[in-house]
Amino acid sequence: MEAHAGTQSLFAAPAGGSLWRRKLTNRVMTGLIVLAFVIALIPLFSLLYQVVKRGLPGISWEFFTTSSRGVIGGGGAAHAIVGTLVITAVTAAISVPIGILAAIYLNEYGGGRLRRALTFFVDVMTGIPSIVAGLFAYALFALFLGPGIRLGLMGAVALSVLMIPIVIRSSEEVLKIVPNHLREASYALGTPKWRTIVKVVLPTAFAGLLTGVMISVARIVGETAPLLVTTGIVDSINANPFEGRMQNLAVYAYSEYRTPGVMKQASYDRAWAAALTLIAIVMILNLVARLVYRRYRTEIR
Amino acid sequence: MKATGAPSPLKATGPRRRWGDRIFSNLALASGVTILALLAGVALFLVIEALPAVSASPSELPEGKSLVDYIAPLAFGTVLAAALAVVLAVPLAIAVALFISHIAPPRIVLALGFLVDLLAAIPSIVYGLWGIFVLGPAAVPVMEWLEEHFGFLPFFEGPASVTGRTMFVAGLVLTVMILPIVSAVAREVFSQTPRKLQEGALALGATRWEMIRMTVLPFGKSSVISGAMLGLGRALGETMAVTIILSVSGIVTFNLISQANPSTIAANIALNFPESSGLAVNTLIASGLVLFAITLVTNLAARTIVARQNIQ
Repeated sequence: MEAHAGTQSLFAAPAGGSLWRRKLTNRVMTGLIVLAFVIALIPLFSLLYQVVKRGLPGISWEFFTTSSRGVIGGGGAAHAIVGTLVITAVTAAISVPIGILAAIYLNEYGGGRLRRALTFFVDVMTGIPSIVAGLFAYALFALFLGPGIRLGLMGAVALSVLMIPIVIRSSEEVLKIVPNHLREASYALGTPKWRTIVKVVLPTAFAGLLTGVMISVARIVGETAPLLVTTGIVDSINANPFEGRMQNLAVYAYSEYRTPGVMKQASYDRAWAAALTLIAIVMILNLVARLVYRRYRTEIR
Repeated sequence: MKATGAPSPLKATGPRRRWGDRIFSNLALASGVTILALLAGVALFLVIEALPAVSASPSELPEGKSLVDYIAPLAFGTVLAAALAVVLAVPLAIAVALFISHIAPPRIVLALGFLVDLLAAIPSIVYGLWGIFVLGPAAVPVMEWLEEHFGFLPFFEGPASVTGRTMFVAGLVLTVMILPIVSAVAREVFSQTPRKLQEGALALGATRWEMIRMTVLPFGKSSVISGAMLGLGRALGETMAVTIILSVSGIVTFNLISQANPSTIAANIALNFPESSGLAVNTLIASGLVLFAITLVTNLAARTIVARQNIQ
């Protein structure tokens, strides 16, 4: 981009100053931009470093295999890991079919007003604060099952409100780049539209859809706020989303921080260990998703 | 793909085929409509559960205040924290986006984008822990310096907190959290600046910065504004980081660096909901409804700007 013309003809007036000065401004601004970028990345590296440094001491066999039930100031996060798995699985079971079908509607069927409205409201939905999603699930269940209710399923409903729009967005993106000639070839063979979608479009887009699902799972797996108001805090293992309280790793980290036991540092260690576990899960999901997507992009071309 | 009247082998399987099509398209349509129902449901159920608090007399509500008096300071804190984050994040995000779209060597652009996106992937609880244990203590000397040199401004009146549990630190953490959102929108539009304009500017002798200032920034202006509003929406609703970091005292103040801070709507819900019952729960849900309304308006405005630009 070394395109500084030697003359000061046209730009001299609006940019002001001599060529020397303009070049200096250019250097200074470029420097500032680079500096801003470096500043923006400091928190990322500080955070990752601190989470690893403070999280490792709390990571042990015990941390992954025991719950906090009946232990004072000790125990592990087994109940939170079970909770994370169950809540995330139920959320995905609700969100993935609805999300992908809605994306199919938007991309393959929809037209006109309804389509535009849907696109718009999906965007609006991505902006719902997570705590509001939690309150919605609470309000919904409290209305039918009485106040003070806490269930794993409620948490999954709350998280679905957050996850569905993400699944739709990414699936729509992926369905869009499935080449049209594949669809047309299928129609030409007399295949009905729905079988074309199920047998041609979806298999072609499979890797891309998988990427989207993984990224949206990564988004909701570490949610805390909506679960605080829907699944509650608990210290024994519960794998049944239809009965009783449940806790995921994020809520576990929060409660270990908020109400530390007698051995304060040990509680904080466990909170950081849970944070480290969460970050590891999120990073792995994101990395694998990227790799899958790269394969998909090259395959479709 | 309608089978026309012409006699063909298609006819034999025609009706069954249409059956499958009808079921499948209705299923897809139903999923789409579910989204609309869900959004309406969020508003509806929040209103239903908030109503008891609206009709109750002040003496029955937590702290014995009227609903408006209860929510107003929280709404103030919410807007203050989010505004602080947006003011800090937008210039930084523009710079980050420009760096990735126009300055960094093309080979590493993908990796850099991934790094910035990672910031968005980190769970908010982790940001909260990092804020209270790492950033807070590190920010104490900065806040003392601000008090000493800029104490005449209402924002830095002090006395500076010694723990770092202040609005200032909460705002900084929110800044980091919304940075990837704002910069993603900015990056997208900056890289779409017409090549002709950019090359034209360079050919006329503009330096790179002049080219950016005269073509890229004007081109991306409205997108950056809508990106900033998306970031604002996110910051308004962010819960855990603020819950953990702020030491709250329910007052209304612009003082960013003292021990006594206004709480935010979301943080207040997270702090009090687990131990609340009866009307207190309805009150919290009413405050959540206010938060929902604020973020909805913000997001609608942002999306409208985007939509209008897409038409052009």
